[in-house]
Amino acid sequence: MMAGMTHVLDPTALGDLPGPPPRGTPDAFADVTRSDAAFRAFLHGLPGVDQVGAEARAAQLGTRSIKTTAKAWAIDTAISMVDLTTLEGADTPGKVRSLAAKARRPDPTDPGCPAVAAVCVYGDLAGVASDALAGTGIHTAAVATAFPSGRASREVKLADVRDAVANGADEIDMVIDRGAFLSGRYLDVFEEVVAVKEACGSAHLKVILETGELRTYDAVRRASWLAMLAGGDFIKTSTGKISPAATLPVCLVMLEAVRDFRAATGVQIGVKPAGGIKTTKDAVKHLVMINEVVGEDWLSPDWFRFGASSLLNDLLLQRQKLRTGHYSGPDHVSVD
Amino acid sequence: MPERLEVRKTYKLYLGGKFPRTESGRTYEVTDGRGRFLANAAWASRKDARDAVVAARGAFAGWSAATAYNRGQVLYRVAEVMEGRAAQFAEEVAAGEGLSAAKARAAVDAAVDRWVWYAGWTDKLASVLGGTNPVAGPFFDFSVPEPSGVVVVLAPQRSSLLGLVSVLAPVLATGCTAVVVSSHDRPLPAITLSEVLATSDVPGGVANLLTGDAGEIGPWLAEHDDVDGIDLAGCTGTAAMELERSAAGSLKRVLRAPAEESDWTADPGLSRMTPFLETKTVWHPIGV
Repeated sequence: MMAGMTHVLDPTALGDLPGPPPRGTPDAFADVTRSDAAFRAFLHGLPGVDQVGAEARAAQLGTRSIKTTAKAWAIDTAISMVDLTTLEGADTPGKVRSLAAKARRPDPTDPGCPAVAAVCVYGDLAGVASDALAGTGIHTAAVATAFPSGRASREVKLADVRDAVANGADEIDMVIDRGAFLSGRYLDVFEEVVAVKEACGSAHLKVILETGELRTYDAVRRASWLAMLAGGDFIKTSTGKISPAATLPVCLVMLEAVRDFRAATGVQIGVKPAGGIKTTKDAVKHLVMINEVVGEDWLSPDWFRFGASSLLNDLLLQRQKLRTGHYSGPDHVSVD
Repeated sequence: MPERLEVRKTYKLYLGGKFPRTESGRTYEVTDGRGRFLANAAWASRKDARDAVVAARGAFAGWSAATAYNRGQVLYRVAEVMEGRAAQFAEEVAAGEGLSAAKARAAVDAAVDRWVWYAGWTDKLASVLGGTNPVAGPFFDFSVPEPSGVVVVLAPQRSSLLGLVSVLAPVLATGCTAVVVSSHDRPLPAITLSEVLATSDVPGGVANLLTGDAGEIGPWLAEHDDVDGIDLAGCTGTAAMELERSAAGSLKRVLRAPAEESDWTADPGLSRMTPFLETKTVWHPIGV
């Protein structure tokens, strides 16, 4: 890995990074991406989503009551799944370092509190985050490819990715080109994800579908399949910059997609809802849904993440309530 | 002409400017002194209390930062709306406390007057309780009273309107936000007061009303880390002592329970406002 920062507009500066050979499209589906027409036929041939059914199922799963020991387990599991995120224009190295400190010890008053899964920052601050997290096992995730809009040429996007990886990110959160996707240029989007995956080298790739801009659940399902076929390791709902962000029905559709994909190819893909998940109750609803839709295999930070910032504090408050037996307050968690 | 069907009321809570049902789904029957049915009231649970504290905390920034003049105007508006519903209040006080119509009306008048009196205090507290301090150094030194935060009010059990106003108004006048647990047996004037608060200019969450059993939710509020003060007016004996002990865990300001319920018609002085104010003292260097 090259030391120091490289200019984002000079994609050749970094050269090729070492890494495992790209996973590529699973054999069973090698054929579907041979042409734009074939790929469109495949994606549009995916079964349609029953919108009313999906929303009803998500709502019904959200009514489960999770209490006492199950709740304690759920809270700790959710904490360990959090991608602690700061994606503000005003981010500074100091803020990223304090976030990293919080990631290591979310509740300094309780050594038993698990660490979070990753810290998610913009690519230029990935170096600060990875230095602060060295040796902890907490991942450094960076958003790249002209996040959040994705409106830049492919060269710039790939340079953005290489830069973030060179800075120390071991997880890359990319955005798909929604404009191309919505106008039906699926193969363009696919090839871009493939190229980004290649640029990631050994870093994990999370593909942000920005479901709030995709309009329909059918489109969410198609985008999920596109991202999985192109080699994404995770599919992620949203950038968190537009509303609606992650909703339960959208997450349900994406969970069904990864379940079906594993059944068809044997390859397991992770899911990351991001944006709008603010309370412990929301997080627990997601855990219930994972368990019911895809099963326990996904109940791990390796396969499921929450992209969130304020969620962690609420989880900590609930955890303190369980531990002490009385209600806690926002003065008892850090301000971020 | 068929006999008109009675419209029996089932009241809800007042949280964050809205009237939600209790999370527990429980209600209880409110009766008059002789056991006749008056209405159904919500029987709040600890989770409603939790939600109320969240609402009160959310409203604190705005309410405490409002100018004292503005707070006074808003509270005076509450008194105006109370005055307009005086007949309803009088009926409920008479039924709940077993008073004659004239005595009930007198109690309502006293309650409205009490509210106006506290409304007048909002912009005078700083002058009376604060001021400049003479210090031996080149400093301009002054102290100002500031609201402490979220205050839980366990309202008096017997005096259902005058007592309630006498404990709630001072909290709001100081700029604190309140979570009130009403009298268990006589909650109707409190419920009507919450309707008054909702239709005057008080921002949602500044005052929140829980009906139900203070003995059940009081302990949860007393040990809640995000509550800054608690007024134990509606408690007595060992229960009050237990609450004081719980409140000590998070260093709450406690207004202790009286040995027996106070005479609410007496002049209250500043004794119910000062406990929930913190004094901020500023040392400002003077040049030359």
